[in-house]
Amino acid sequence: MRLVVNGTPREADVREHESLLTVLRERLGLPGSKNACEQGECGSCSVLVDGELVCSCLVLAAAADGRRVETVEALGSAERPHPVQRAFVEAGAVQCGFCTPGFVVAAAALLRENPEPTDAEIREALAGNICRCTGYGTILDAVRRAARITT
Amino acid sequence: MPVLIARRLDEALDELAAHPDTTVLAGGTDLMVELNFGRARPARVLAVDRIDELRQSAGGSRVRLGAAVTYARLLRDGAGSRALEEAARTVGSPQIRGAGTVGGNLGTCSPAGDTLPVLAALDAVVVLRSARGERRVPFAEFMTGPKRSVRRSDELIVAAEWDDAGPAQTFVKVGTRNAMVIAVASLAMVIDRARRRVGIALGSCGPTILRAPDAERFVRVLCDEAGWDRPLRLSEAERTELGRLVSAAARPIDDVRGTSAYRRHVLGVIAGRALARLGAA
Amino acid sequence: MTVAARPRLRGVVGESAPRSDAPPKTQGAFAYASDLAREGMLHGATLRSPHPRARIARIDVEAARALPGVAAVLTAADLPTKVKFGLMKLDQLPLADGRVRYAGEPVAIVAAEDPERAREAVRAVRVEYEVLPAVTDPVAALHPDAPRLHDDGNVIEDVRVVHGDPDARADVVVEDEYEVAMQDQAPLGPEAGLAIPDPDGGVTLHVATQWLHEDLRQIAACLGLPERKVRLVLAGVGGAFGAREDVTLQIHVCLLALATRRPVRIVYGREESFHGHVHRHAARLWYAHGATRDGDLVFVRASIVLDGGGYASSSSAVVANAACFGAGPYRVPNALIHAVGAYTNNPPAGAMRGFGAVQSCFAYEAQMDRLAAALGMDPVALRGRNALRDGDRIVTGQAVEGSAPVADLIRRCAALPPPAPPPGLIAGEVDLTALPGGVGNVTRGEGVRRGTALAVGFKNACYSHAFDDFSTARVRLVRERGEPVAYVLTAAAEVGQGIVGVCEQIARTELGVQRVVVETPDTSIGSAGSSSASRQTWMTGGAVLAACREVKAELARRAEAHDRVRRTPRDGEPVDVDLAPLLDPPIERTVTHRHRPTEPRDATTQNAGHVAFLFAAHRATVDVDVETGIVKVVQVATSQDVGKAINPLAVVGQLEGGIAQGLGLAVMEEVRLQGGLMRNASFTDYLLPTTLDMPPVVCDLVEHPHPDAPYGAKGVGEPPTISSTPAIVAAIRAATGRELNRVPVRPDDIVFGTAARSGWRMRPGADPRTAVRM
Repeated sequence: MRLVVNGTPREADVREHESLLTVLRERLGLPGSKNACEQGECGSCSVLVDGELVCSCLVLAAAADGRRVETVEALGSAERPHPVQRAFVEAGAVQCGFCTPGFVVAAAALLRENPEPTDAEIREALAGNICRCTGYGTILDAVRRAARITT
Repeated sequence: MPVLIARRLDEALDELAAHPDTTVLAGGTDLMVELNFGRARPARVLAVDRIDELRQSAGGSRVRLGAAVTYARLLRDGAGSRALEEAARTVGSPQIRGAGTVGGNLGTCSPAGDTLPVLAALDAVVVLRSARGERRVPFAEFMTGPKRSVRRSDELIVAAEWDDAGPAQTFVKVGTRNAMVIAVASLAMVIDRARRRVGIALGSCGPTILRAPDAERFVRVLCDEAGWDRPLRLSEAERTELGRLVSAAARPIDDVRGTSAYRRHVLGVIAGRALARLGAA
Repeated sequence: MTVAARPRLRGVVGESAPRSDAPPKTQGAFAYASDLAREGMLHGATLRSPHPRARIARIDVEAARALPGVAAVLTAADLPTKVKFGLMKLDQLPLADGRVRYAGEPVAIVAAEDPERAREAVRAVRVEYEVLPAVTDPVAALHPDAPRLHDDGNVIEDVRVVHGDPDARADVVVEDEYEVAMQDQAPLGPEAGLAIPDPDGGVTLHVATQWLHEDLRQIAACLGLPERKVRLVLAGVGGAFGAREDVTLQIHVCLLALATRRPVRIVYGREESFHGHVHRHAARLWYAHGATRDGDLVFVRASIVLDGGGYASSSSAVVANAACFGAGPYRVPNALIHAVGAYTNNPPAGAMRGFGAVQSCFAYEAQMDRLAAALGMDPVALRGRNALRDGDRIVTGQAVEGSAPVADLIRRCAALPPPAPPPGLIAGEVDLTALPGGVGNVTRGEGVRRGTALAVGFKNACYSHAFDDFSTARVRLVRERGEPVAYVLTAAAEVGQGIVGVCEQIARTELGVQRVVVETPDTSIGSAGSSSASRQTWMTGGAVLAACREVKAELARRAEAHDRVRRTPRDGEPVDVDLAPLLDPPIERTVTHRHRPTEPRDATTQNAGHVAFLFAAHRATVDVDVETGIVKVVQVATSQDVGKAINPLAVVGQLEGGIAQGLGLAVMEEVRLQGGLMRNASFTDYLLPTTLDMPPVVCDLVEHPHPDAPYGAKGVGEPPTISSTPAIVAAIRAATGRELNRVPVRPDDIVFGTAARSGWRMRPGADPRTAVRM
């Protein structure tokens, strides 16, 4: 199958029942998206498929042929982090960090559509991402901070 | 498990006709859980999320919603039913709403499917297409049991249709978490003032989506008395009676998400609230 | 040599500095255990018992072994030793031999070329079970007639605290029964490990764990290898909260690697994770509190039964904690507390944040509110009146040294800014997300009542009861490209809590160097103890501090010898000298740090068994839809004595995160068991708080430095989970008037007001084995 992953056309041998998450992690060398629940209940595997925020664990890889996929790895780099990534670091929003890539992708997707979200909008937009460490306070701070950086 | 990505409707219908053992994949939010947990290994999969015809909707007095319209798009573009939009907003999370579709909700046909009580209360018609032609099945006849429907293996759910019922309609979903929760009980209520029709349907309270015909009749009488085009002020006694009738219509069970006693109770509460809100509007 | 004006160091003790592992974590570049891979690696999978109690009559692995791509299938018959493992009691074989004691117990393991094949092979193993009736009621398990689940009986631990006059009488007495359901730690990162066979016949294991050396001890013993042949390296840990204290897949993955001579990886899925690790003990608690008419506590009597499940894990210490802290942070002249941990055929219970203190705090704080009502007193005033003060003794007879600012915490917490008033009945546009039930549209203000309440709790920091508690740190100060760099190695597991940042900030502060590199923990250095018991800042922070000070002393000696500096750097100042003569060769010091010894537990638990105590107060405000029983926690405010905040932002993160877990236990988190079987082993049905469940938290960090701790910094991780739960439940009681003697509170409990009853009659303080069925 073919995908455009983070702007680069990629081909992968895909087992027929595999999720996009498995293919990203095990076949394409992109382990940034995390597998924590396998059923779309935690958001750790969030990616953008054709610009839409989805759980990659719930995308059948074989059915995503030809799609454009953006993962956390493409948002920014160590040298040039995305404003959301910078804000997560500065706001203390990272503890164990397992949920962080999913939050970063979801928050970036939110700010793309709504650059100045209210607190209620941030909470609703991130309600599909579970964090077990932070209690979300610092994560919400990070998103507010990123919104300020971006706008 | 060959996976066919259909781009055209006829292509999909031919595939279904040729291979009755095909599993239809819409947004993937149900099927993928089965695959990830090794609970399902379908013989073949047909992805229908790129069929243009399934992604088109039409508003107006007769609303048509394409089966492959995602909840996210429905919320962005409007659905031609306020209750359906309210229900769509309660589906899972933004990620689930970005992938999941009303057609998928119909295809899975879970009693906890969030949009299904709305479709039932709207008296929606499920449009099924096969290589042999089209069938239009009223929702009440569509769902036959938990995860069972009258859809034949060669048929594809292409759309849902209903008459625009006006603004007096709502959806209420009860769950033990304030977001991202499967309904413990849900209720859709539609008061179509123009057509003098009342629809009340219950989710997660029985093997199928249940209608509450006695409660509907009761509300119709109240509307007749108050006047269909005037606000309805509900007395405490009327609210209690409505709650009783709705609770009585439920056939709930005890399961890991809630008890049958609670389901019955809470349906009565939310029915009263729904009517009070709609009546006042 | 020129001394230029240099910027001050960034990220010293007391600063809210970003931690070094945060940027890679935001970029998806941080390697968690489940991200590890090796060329030619096999994938392991585990067959688990579907029955809570059974005899294994026969296991047939032939079909599984014959499957293509299957490299190994191992059962108890293949174990190299019959040595059992366990944190405190060696009572479990790595693979069940003859008997299974809980549903989910590992019976066979396989390694195959890919995960799907491995799962297939697991399904192909045929096991004949003779199913036995499961013992799932822990009180019944303690009955003399109950089937013996282990050879030494069904009592894992039995702790009695007898303080003052156990039969004291009081003017006013309140009594009730309480229940705490089983909670799951639910770390987001599933269990994962990669084992690589070594040429010397040993094995190297990369694993997500809380305690490398304790894993090492158990693995080596079960493999029949000397400890030097087993090497552990910490892989990225996706949260822990107690779930990684015990061995899960560690021995299995090593067995498979040694059997196949190939690298093997095991990664649990979420469902298996629920079955694979221990949980927070479910508990039944019977309490009686007595007070004078003026509101002075006269006695606390309690009987506590903790459900240990099929194997002991850390139950004995959990039982001790439930008992030792069972009267709360109050002056209680007379106490009789009897806690027992029982073997049952439920999934095993062990460590979870709060560790025994959570269960009893829920009960004694409910009791304090009942007592206040019986006395006609304000519950906050009653707490303040009885709060432990400096030098007071807790019910184990131990005086609180350092400080016991309980009354201060209560007063401060009660005075923190309240949330905005409830919105009232709303017509028209409304922010549903602010209301109970959220966008489910259940209420637009209908049926909503507000409640506010306060609770306080405490527990120990570090290990207690004569356990040899230590941590080891190696600090190496080197010159790289003309700059000083400090390398810090410890075996302390960074599980998310931020020990990496603590080490960085301490080393920076002590050594005056900007660049500090905390190296990947492994077993090449001495143990750091576990990342548990709120102890790593105290212990590993203390070890790093001590090692840094030795390095600094050597630096000063060298500087003096070379006479190249005018003065040695003060804390927080950069080293600003010509480094070559000072750091060639580099300075390296390894220090093992111990806290002062604690006393062993005696028959009445009257001894100085703990090194220090941690205190916090929580005030919760809730909006409850009383007609549907749906709760929206509106705000939690907390005052916590943190001693000294090494990194205030990180401390706030610990407080808020701990409160979220306390909130979960209060209103939604429960591992649902039926006949020993888990009914909700998934994130669909085991509900964790979301952004719309967790309210804003007002954090008030109170700094009463502890004289023994580095910079006075006490541990902070656990208190947030202890009294947040009872505060939230008390707030729901205030809103609803319901009794609510069980957590999590279910909508049914609010709507129907039925209290949880065990069906056992128990006189509080009596031996739980004497319970009588009603």
